[in-house]
Amino acid sequence: MARYLLLRLADAIPTVLLVLTLVFIAMRILPGDPAIAALGDMATPEQLEIFRERMGLNAPLWLQYINFVWGMLTLDFGTSLMNNQSVLRLIAYNLPYTIELTIVAMIMGVGVGIPLGVLAATHRNKAADNAVRGFSLLGYAVPDFYLGALLLITFSLNMGLFPINGGGEGFLDRMHHVFLPALTLALVKAAFIGRLTRTSLLEVFGKDYIRTARAKGAREPRVIYRHGLRNALLPLTTGIGLSTLATLSGSVAIELVFNRPGIGKLLISAISERDYAVIQGGVVIFSLFVVLINLLMDLVYIVVDPRIRVQ
Amino acid sequence: MAVTTEHSQLPSPSLAPEPKALSRLAYSLFSRTSTIFAFAVVVIFVAVAVFAPLIAPYDPLAQSILRINKLPSTANWLGTDQFGRDVLSRMIYGSRNSLIFGLISPVLAAICGTVLGVVAGYFGGIVDRVISRVIDLLLAFPELLLAIMIAAVLGGGFWNVIAVITVAFVPGFARVARASTLAVKQEPYIEAAVAIGVSTPVIIFRHVIPNIAAPIVVLMTLWVASAIRLEASLSFLGIGTQPPNPSWGNIIRDGLNNLFGSPWPIIGAGFAITCVVLSFNLLGDVVRDVLDPEISE
Repeated sequence: MARYLLLRLADAIPTVLLVLTLVFIAMRILPGDPAIAALGDMATPEQLEIFRERMGLNAPLWLQYINFVWGMLTLDFGTSLMNNQSVLRLIAYNLPYTIELTIVAMIMGVGVGIPLGVLAATHRNKAADNAVRGFSLLGYAVPDFYLGALLLITFSLNMGLFPINGGGEGFLDRMHHVFLPALTLALVKAAFIGRLTRTSLLEVFGKDYIRTARAKGAREPRVIYRHGLRNALLPLTTGIGLSTLATLSGSVAIELVFNRPGIGKLLISAISERDYAVIQGGVVIFSLFVVLINLLMDLVYIVVDPRIRVQ
Repeated sequence: MAVTTEHSQLPSPSLAPEPKALSRLAYSLFSRTSTIFAFAVVVIFVAVAVFAPLIAPYDPLAQSILRINKLPSTANWLGTDQFGRDVLSRMIYGSRNSLIFGLISPVLAAICGTVLGVVAGYFGGIVDRVISRVIDLLLAFPELLLAIMIAAVLGGGFWNVIAVITVAFVPGFARVARASTLAVKQEPYIEAAVAIGVSTPVIIFRHVIPNIAAPIVVLMTLWVASAIRLEASLSFLGIGTQPPNPSWGNIIRDGLNNLFGSPWPIIGAGFAITCVVLSFNLLGDVVRDVLDPEISE
């Protein structure tokens, strides 16, 4: 177990380096002159020179690369060009809101999705199954920001049940603020997780051990949850991991819809303000999150299916 | 040279589905109400996009201070926005964006992804290791997040959006192309082609690519819907189609910036995205079931 953990962790290091290298190539090398890319065609030569000096763009490329990687690894993301605040502080302020939104959305999405999938699988080709199928088709098609806007207009604007912007103060207020944004993401998640649960359960239901369980007289709920769902967990874990990643990317638009603080909103406003250091920091943070979630997924696998440890 | 001439006389497997596949496609398409509906939506969508200037009642960019935030009426079926622009006309013109991005990006991504995947799969070795490692890494990112991150670096605008959506889709195509190439490489006809001295480019273009085309085409049709959604999301975020040019995504963005005005831009544009994406998804499923029964559920 410990060996497997260490191996996975060791494997994450080159991945992180590769991510940083790709970000470096994308931001510093591909645009040709990153100063023009960052400030736009209208910038004066003086502005460009100041920018190059501040971002260390006058150094040779290899030195820039080492400085960049070292800066990122020591969490030195530089300072915002807009308000001179350290990018690390901006990220530290916004990150909890994004994490909060992602976690609440995932709990709601899994909490709704798995029961829906069980319902569909146990009522195959009946009305309930068709309803779940319709729900997931719709969930695949409706853009999350559109759903969010509809919920915002209905429940916040017209009915006044929820706030229309901000992140809230204190636990209860924060939950009040996060509810609608999380619900938006959760409905889309539930469509995906519900369908996946149905497919994996139906596959498991065809197995011999399910027939054995029924034959020896196990009660139906026990067959479904203990024998069925337990074995459907592995594909579900992958699905939930992918879904967490999708929630993370969905949070960008949702933070904009509900005008709440978060990394996505930070990144998007940095793009419109051409705040190079913040863009760079935001992109790196998102990438590290993706690597982290993938790592966590691998760790959950070995809890869900101990056989993996042996390999 | 004689060898290649002989080859061209053989009934070579080509990209176009055989007549049998076409009739099966038509059969599955019209045997269910849901797919007939989807087909109709797509036809209407394409027609609206192509004939936008003829259909749109107003100029989508024309502002009028006298007609700000109007609710739907007989003059403006979906009302007007905060600049007094006719929402329906903007939506009609916006469909052009969705159609263009929805079709071009998956095709470009399929071409780039196939090249990468086939090169990695066919040649193996260090080339494969490098390409696979980068592809695996990029596949770990959701397409939307990848697109947002690339757009963050590149900025908005037509060609950048094309590039962003294309790059976001390339890893998926490359993985499928690589896996299929690895499978095809084992086939006796490749060994035979190598044995009689057919050159590598000819093997790749005549024997490998036609035989991996089915899963690529399937993926392409499935991703038309994703591309339309992605363009809408990027435009909503302000890093896709730039205002004042209309796109379904930035109509919703304008609507949200004008929450106390009229909700109709949001409702209308969102409904359009949902219907079109749903329809392309349903049609993509049909194509998948017909062309590639193995990967269907």
